[in-house]
Amino acid sequence: MIDYLINHYNYWVSILLMMAGLYIVIDHTNLIKKLIGLNIFQTSVFILFISMGKVDGGTAPILEQGYSSFSNPLPHVLILTAIVVSVATTAVGLALVVNINRCFQSIDEQEIEKIELEEE
Amino acid sequence: MIGSHYPILQVVVPLVAAPLCSLLPKSKLPWLFATVISWLTFAISLALLVQVKNSGALIYELGDWPAPWGIQYYIDTIGAFVLVLVSLIASITLLASRELIEKEIAQEKHALFYTAFLLCYTGLLGIVATGDAFNVFVFLEISSISSYALIAMGENRKALTASYEYLIMGTIGATFILIGIGLLYMQTGTLNMLDLKQRIHEVDGFRSVHAAFAFFTVGICLKLALFPLHHWLPNAYAYAPSAVSIFLAATATKVALYLLYRVFYTIFGFEFSFDTLHLGYILLPLSIIAMVISSFTAIFQLGVKRLLAYSSLGQIGYMTLGIALETKAGLIASIIHLFNHAFIKGALFMCMACLLSRLHSTRITDLAGAAQHMPWTCAAFVTAGLALIGVPLTSGFISKWYLVLAILEKDWWWLAVIVLFTSLLSVVYIWRVIEQMYLREANSHSANIKEASPILLICTWLMVIMTIYFGIDNSYPVNMATHAAEALLK
Repeated sequence: MIDYLINHYNYWVSILLMMAGLYIVIDHTNLIKKLIGLNIFQTSVFILFISMGKVDGGTAPILEQGYSSFSNPLPHVLILTAIVVSVATTAVGLALVVNINRCFQSIDEQEIEKIELEEE
Repeated sequence: MIGSHYPILQVVVPLVAAPLCSLLPKSKLPWLFATVISWLTFAISLALLVQVKNSGALIYELGDWPAPWGIQYYIDTIGAFVLVLVSLIASITLLASRELIEKEIAQEKHALFYTAFLLCYTGLLGIVATGDAFNVFVFLEISSISSYALIAMGENRKALTASYEYLIMGTIGATFILIGIGLLYMQTGTLNMLDLKQRIHEVDGFRSVHAAFAFFTVGICLKLALFPLHHWLPNAYAYAPSAVSIFLAATATKVALYLLYRVFYTIFGFEFSFDTLHLGYILLPLSIIAMVISSFTAIFQLGVKRLLAYSSLGQIGYMTLGIALETKAGLIASIIHLFNHAFIKGALFMCMACLLSRLHSTRITDLAGAAQHMPWTCAAFVTAGLALIGVPLTSGFISKWYLVLAILEKDWWWLAVIVLFTSLLSVVYIWRVIEQMYLREANSHSANIKEASPILLICTWLMVIMTIYFGIDNSYPVNMATHAAEALLK
């Protein structure tokens, strides 16, 4: 049982981060904290992908005498793209929050909801 | 020669055009450029459709790298069909958008608006054209991130909060899809869809493949706005600039639906998705709830754009219901409705754009007596509204007809009753708008309101005529859908 837990520790780490991130997105009313939660959630997936490509005892995939086992570089490349996507999402999200703050004088979800309801 | 490169040109042309568009000077030029590009890509998609029809599914290898190593573009009947649909609607929307954008968006942002629009368009085309699972994620995010920016440009400040909510939900959905892709790659070692299709049967007993299936289901349903994951959609459609509402309402959820077909029929295969993991058991109740609840909610909306957005949620229910029937007839009905509903909703949101350009409001009470001043716009709304309800001689009737036939084929008459009942609900909400337009006295200050500009009207009627044409001569979409469904089920 302990072995099982330890051998799969990379999954536990990413699941823990994933749940923490999702919880922050759901629970917090501060719009910036929500974005941070979203970032943690995405990062957990990156870790999942990167740890997936690791081969025990494997080295970087460069052909060199004396090495026969290589880690899979493809997940790393994929995650490079996904990181760019995540940065872009965060940038757009923060830009939105700046504008929301300008228009509503608040970045608290519940306060904004109250203002919106009063408008109707 | 160039004909063999159409699959990649379809995506690369708008992708390259987008940054160029942002460099153009403040004038009509960005609009003209974006419109020309969109019609050009429409021509390419037509050429692709002809190629697919003549020689079967197209496989295009990027940079001539052979399949599992390089990225492959794969366009079969359903792909070519959706490409034509998306590019035609983008072209009509862009043609009509100049006046709308000038009124709704500050002059200095025009070039950037068209840039974001082209990027969103690229993303949607890319999702359809690609045959690589990771590529799907990248294009999905290209289209989503640009659509967050597009929605946030709406005049009302609620557009900002709507866009923010969409960003949170959309990112969670896309990340779920990414997890699904990762788990599949872990088990099969490939990202190519056709390759995945072959290899998945060797590993379909593994828990991680089942988990991947679950992540895909939730992620795609979030993008599709299937009940109960629909919360981001109504505000996003209601407060976005009119041109964006037209484009997204007619195409974005349709592309998500295409992705659903692709993942569950092509990658996982019908037997695994429906017989082993019973996707139908999840889709069936959710579709029914979506149809009933969204139609009820639509009745009580004060703004017509929100009303139409809720109606869209109900219509998505019809499309997923077709899939949930787990038969070929159901899949065909779903594809036909995908096609018809794109034009119907496009036409209805186009009418809203016309009304907004003259009345500066789409609240239901502000539309009182609109038919006196804007007869053509209101007539277009009535026709498209009838199509939405499913009156004979409109394309909506064809969709409902095939859907009900598919249901009766399974002997689920109670379900047919529910479908007809929700059609009655749509009579109620469409009638509320028509009543205001035709039977109420106009407000006193609206005396000098004129009909919407000719170009807007032409574009609106273009979509309305499509709905009538495909309501009378339905052979084209029905043949296409049958062919596409056969290919998907193979």
